[in-house]
Amino acid sequence: MPTTLENWNPGKAENRHPHVAYEEKERLFLEVKNDMRYSDFLYGCYECGICVATCPSARFYDFSPRVIAQSMAREDVERVYDIITEDIWNCAQCFSCVRCPRQNNPGGLVTILREVSLKNGLQETKDALQGYSRVIYKVMLKGNQVSPDMLQPDFFPDWGPWVTEFSANMQVWRKAIPMDSIRGVTDAAWRTDRKTLLELYTIWFESGNMEIIKELDESLYDLLTEVMQEELEEG
Amino acid sequence: MTETLTTVEQILERKSHAVIRDSSVAPTHDMHELLFELEAKSEIIVQRVPEPYVEMTTKYGRKKKIPIEHTWHHKSCGHCGHIPGYASSILWLHRQFGLDYIDPTDQTSCTGWNYYASAASNAAGQASVMARNFAAAYETGYFPLIHCGTSYGHYKEIREQLVHHKELRDEVRRILGKMGKPLVIPEEIVHYSEWVHVMRNRIAERQTLDMSMITATVHPACHYYKIVAEDAIYDPDIYGGQRTAVVTAMLESIGVNVADYSTWFDCCGFGFRHVLVQRDFTRSFSVLRKIETMKNEVNPDLTVTHDTGCVTSLDKSQFAAKAHDRKVGIPILSDAQVAALAMGAHPFRVIQFHWHSTDWRPFLDKLGVNWQKYWDEFQGDLDQIRAGTKSGITWEDADAPVNLTA
Repeated sequence: MPTTLENWNPGKAENRHPHVAYEEKERLFLEVKNDMRYSDFLYGCYECGICVATCPSARFYDFSPRVIAQSMAREDVERVYDIITEDIWNCAQCFSCVRCPRQNNPGGLVTILREVSLKNGLQETKDALQGYSRVIYKVMLKGNQVSPDMLQPDFFPDWGPWVTEFSANMQVWRKAIPMDSIRGVTDAAWRTDRKTLLELYTIWFESGNMEIIKELDESLYDLLTEVMQEELEEG
Repeated sequence: MTETLTTVEQILERKSHAVIRDSSVAPTHDMHELLFELEAKSEIIVQRVPEPYVEMTTKYGRKKKIPIEHTWHHKSCGHCGHIPGYASSILWLHRQFGLDYIDPTDQTSCTGWNYYASAASNAAGQASVMARNFAAAYETGYFPLIHCGTSYGHYKEIREQLVHHKELRDEVRRILGKMGKPLVIPEEIVHYSEWVHVMRNRIAERQTLDMSMITATVHPACHYYKIVAEDAIYDPDIYGGQRTAVVTAMLESIGVNVADYSTWFDCCGFGFRHVLVQRDFTRSFSVLRKIETMKNEVNPDLTVTHDTGCVTSLDKSQFAAKAHDRKVGIPILSDAQVAALAMGAHPFRVIQFHWHSTDWRPFLDKLGVNWQKYWDEFQGDLDQIRAGTKSGITWEDADAPVNLTA
């Protein structure tokens, strides 16, 4: 279509999500903009592309930290909605983009966008995090992201025959580690004091983390709440 | 007027000039002054770096104190979960030098891996997790030494947020109050590789395994030197002060030939969420941008890095790439594991080579290490554990250095 004065809309994205009201997109954008970290992460954009040149996700996906910084600086509500629903989960969170000469932190902006998408229960985010719930369960209950018993051949087949060998020998290999905090532990990365875990559960409840989990996955929320509350009541 | 062309030699000479930074003209603001102001107002407690410490120069010239001992080892869930020889090598080095430390169980992970993967948390939650761990260290009187690069970067970013946002400090203090803990921020946030760096000459003094025949590439960990970049250690004698000095300086001190490659700045492809549930990205990036580039340009015997995710991505991604006839086959170790090996640590009781996927045997063969002998010995340990005659391997079994080439 030729560009005319009627359809010329510089700096504004097409409306790729017409089923969502503009007001709703604006509400989400303002939630991002009102995060206390927003002004630390965005100062403007020179369009130099240094962030894109260093970005691993830009090499493998249709993803651009420059577009994220630009769209947010321009307050392009439609484009930011595209980003929050289509782009944010491609970011590798390596923070190579903070090489930005304008001191922007596009990776940090992605973090805020992700938080807002979770808090608002966006379906695209639920889809992106499908299959990830067991990791959240582990980290919130055990205080560790990974544990040896998660390394199963059916979950990590691409890690090669090592996973099968490890899985078959997990119990004995874990006992053959000299560190007292690790030796023999298979359901967590290390042995954590009960008091420590109760303090961690307190943090999750007091900081509003549980509300985020409720938006993401209600059954995970129910499960975590039941276990943690029971532990906290026992003291 | 006659113009003369700049020669290649002149360009190289110009580029070889070491960059010496002056902290008084640093392009970023050092928040330490604000940290002490907050302490003066009784808003926070600043835990001081214990003596003895060594002052190292950071990217823009600020001196950073690195403690030698009395350290509280903030472990990495990735190390301890699936690369345990990484953590045990760090502690083994401390034990060899007779340094005082604590391996605490009053510690959670930073939960940063989850946060960078899913964002299923928030600023107050993440800051409270950090502050709880720091308060736990403070209660013991030992100073935190952070094993994980992501914890290190994440904590530095949270420290910035706490210093600059009163509402966050108030919220974290309220949450910590529920468990009777004060808000403590250490004077420095120190990564274990910075400790290895300051110990490098002492490591070289105790070296028993010649490594001069080894060519290695270094992958600097993103979350070490990209997040709050001004806090990473730089040295004009290493890459002319243009890249972080940690890892490379240690390798050079023990005689390893460190070779350069063009994609050194690229990340490893870990991606946090990707490595767990979308590994096609991790595998592709790790192999195509890092491993294959190193192979083509340098063909190293080894790649050395200093973070959990980097060891994981670079090591575990290589197997599947073989099916596509990609150029792979570089063993991956951490700087602590290499240092421990140089000082004669047992390859399996301490360094735990058997947790690594990419074949490490050619590397040990090149070093002349009789690894089969030590593997057989380790199998004997496992047989005893299986038979119930031994509960597990302890430091008593692992402390003594061995003659690796015998």
